[in-house]
Amino acid sequence: MSSQTTERREKSNTPAGGATGVLDPPAEAENQTHRQSPPIEEDRQTLVKIYHQMLLIRRFEEKCAESYSLGKIGGFCHLYIGQEAVGVGAISALRDDDYVITSYREHGQAITKGISPDAVMAELYGKAGGCSHGKGGSMHLFDKRVNFLGGHGIVGAQIPLATGVAFASKYKETDQVTLCFFGEAAVNQGAFHESMNLAQLWKLPCIYICENNQYGMGTSLARAMSLQNVAEKACAYEMVSEFVDGMDVLAMRRATQRAIKRARENYLPTLIEARTYRYMGHSMSDPGNYRTRAEIEKYQKRDPIKTFTATLNDHGILSDKDIADIEAQVKAEVERAVLFAEESPEPDPSELYTNVYANPIEN
Amino acid sequence: MPVMTMRDALNQALREELARDRSVFLMGEEVAEYQGAYKVTRGLLEEFGPKRVIDTPITELGFTGLGVGAAMVGLRPIVEFMTFNFSILATDQIINSAAKMLYMSGGQFKVPIVFRGPGGSAYQVSSQHSQAIESWYAYFPGLKVVMPSTAADAKGLLKSAIRDDDPVIFIEQERLYGMKGEVPEDEDFTIPLGVAEVKREGTDATIVARSLMVPVALKAAEELAKDGLSCEVIDPRTIRPLDIDTIVESVKKTNRVVIAEESHPFAGVGAEISAEINERAFDYLDAPVKRVSGVDVPMPYAKNLERLAIPDVEEVIAAVRAVAYL
Repeated sequence: MSSQTTERREKSNTPAGGATGVLDPPAEAENQTHRQSPPIEEDRQTLVKIYHQMLLIRRFEEKCAESYSLGKIGGFCHLYIGQEAVGVGAISALRDDDYVITSYREHGQAITKGISPDAVMAELYGKAGGCSHGKGGSMHLFDKRVNFLGGHGIVGAQIPLATGVAFASKYKETDQVTLCFFGEAAVNQGAFHESMNLAQLWKLPCIYICENNQYGMGTSLARAMSLQNVAEKACAYEMVSEFVDGMDVLAMRRATQRAIKRARENYLPTLIEARTYRYMGHSMSDPGNYRTRAEIEKYQKRDPIKTFTATLNDHGILSDKDIADIEAQVKAEVERAVLFAEESPEPDPSELYTNVYANPIEN
Repeated sequence: MPVMTMRDALNQALREELARDRSVFLMGEEVAEYQGAYKVTRGLLEEFGPKRVIDTPITELGFTGLGVGAAMVGLRPIVEFMTFNFSILATDQIINSAAKMLYMSGGQFKVPIVFRGPGGSAYQVSSQHSQAIESWYAYFPGLKVVMPSTAADAKGLLKSAIRDDDPVIFIEQERLYGMKGEVPEDEDFTIPLGVAEVKREGTDATIVARSLMVPVALKAAEELAKDGLSCEVIDPRTIRPLDIDTIVESVKKTNRVVIAEESHPFAGVGAEISAEINERAFDYLDAPVKRVSGVDVPMPYAKNLERLAIPDVEEVIAAVRAVAYL
């Protein structure tokens, strides 16, 4: 399935909220779900890597839910299950030295950008071996070595930060691009609009990816947004935007590749709206009473991993045995991550006082 | 040593640091083509060009967050707020992003950035444009807060703030921009952050004053000296981290202390200094710590009311006399 660009500023139908507050993808996109997927251009190695990553972060998150229930993980814990195609598809299009910055629903993106599942799980466990040394937790995963600039906990706050990272790339005259992920609820924040304006005004190589999972915590898009077509909002800033089926990993990859080309070659920003769905609650403490089982099942029928498995299988890229092998590999990786987290020591009590200042002043 | 206004001393600090380090850039509303709303950035666009001296739209949250993001990946932004009143729109990025980034990333991402501009009372601009909010920023670990009171301090402290690897809130005082003083021309002249200065030595009482209240306290000390009362005036210069040792040493010598500030008293910096003195030097005190603060009301417009809202020399004199039981 392909994406729909608003480069020509065509007004698309604004979907309306249904009785249950459900929002379907725009009519055009819905029709396209019955079309054939785009021809596969990637080599087998790339496709297997993408498949592996999607499955890994799915199983990782399932394990997180389990560990959270066991009291091993504390605080807020926002799971990515259902949205894997967005993060994996987009990040698969990046170079290693490109930047990713995102919200608090970031375990999967952190792993995909290159933080080891061990270091992510240890962080969730509040251990010294965590990627933020136990000081950030679920919402604040960081790793400077792979240019993963965090997990940010205030809705939309990472959007101006991303704009600044992109500003720095242009200032330093590198061709690195910055991917910024955020949920659709962040689009109602001033931070989003101020950033869009600055990025287009100053021509910054930032790619804004709105993961429209259709609920800001328990509030549906229909109850929160006057103009519910997020991609269309780019028109207000004369920014190029695309609507993408966020359940299709290759569509996400292609759209991001187009945006990267604009960013690298011409320092131009792009807004991508990826329509997706989270299967779990907003966080682990959310039972999700605001939506129906039927609604969740409807999206699970288009599950990004199942769909991609079928595609790869149909094209003869992955045999049933390959699929079983990858599943076993992923299972082992997740188990190893849990073991690593369990065995990692707690941060030393002295760590309470470190990293407050880079240049501490004793008084 | 050349004599110049605090405005020109700040301008010199900016010019020298922009020239010294290409990762330093300056942005804010009207800083470039307009030459600065208060002319602190005069001439910098011509000298360093639009890439490094950047006019922003009126979008405080946006450009503040942009600065923090740029600092995370190696630049050293100087963000000018036309006044600190407008920084209130950007507090999420200052507090939740800049102040906490190093800590919550486990030491991986430092944020070397300076947020600067005028703060405190201005002249007859009423409630929203005339307020001292340093206690807000001083509350947060991760931030450093600096408030110069002389031209030389302004230059030396700003240069240190720009070279510092942490986010620094640098609050200038609009009413002091025109105040003149001797300023070293040496490009390596800096004043370390976190070090108070004894602005006048004395033996009978200590006046702790910052920013606008420093010249007020010095004037009060001068008047009191005529009556034979010797006051020591201490300017912390950096509010966080606070050089409490210098203050406590002075209190141990004089046994009496007045804290003068233009901000509101409730939960203010003066309250914190008072608490520290009580904890560290209670046995040395011959009188309770006394604060002279801005009145606990929003700033009024009318000239006579505005004058009443900010501590003046007479109030500081009265407070010193009170702690001296005179």
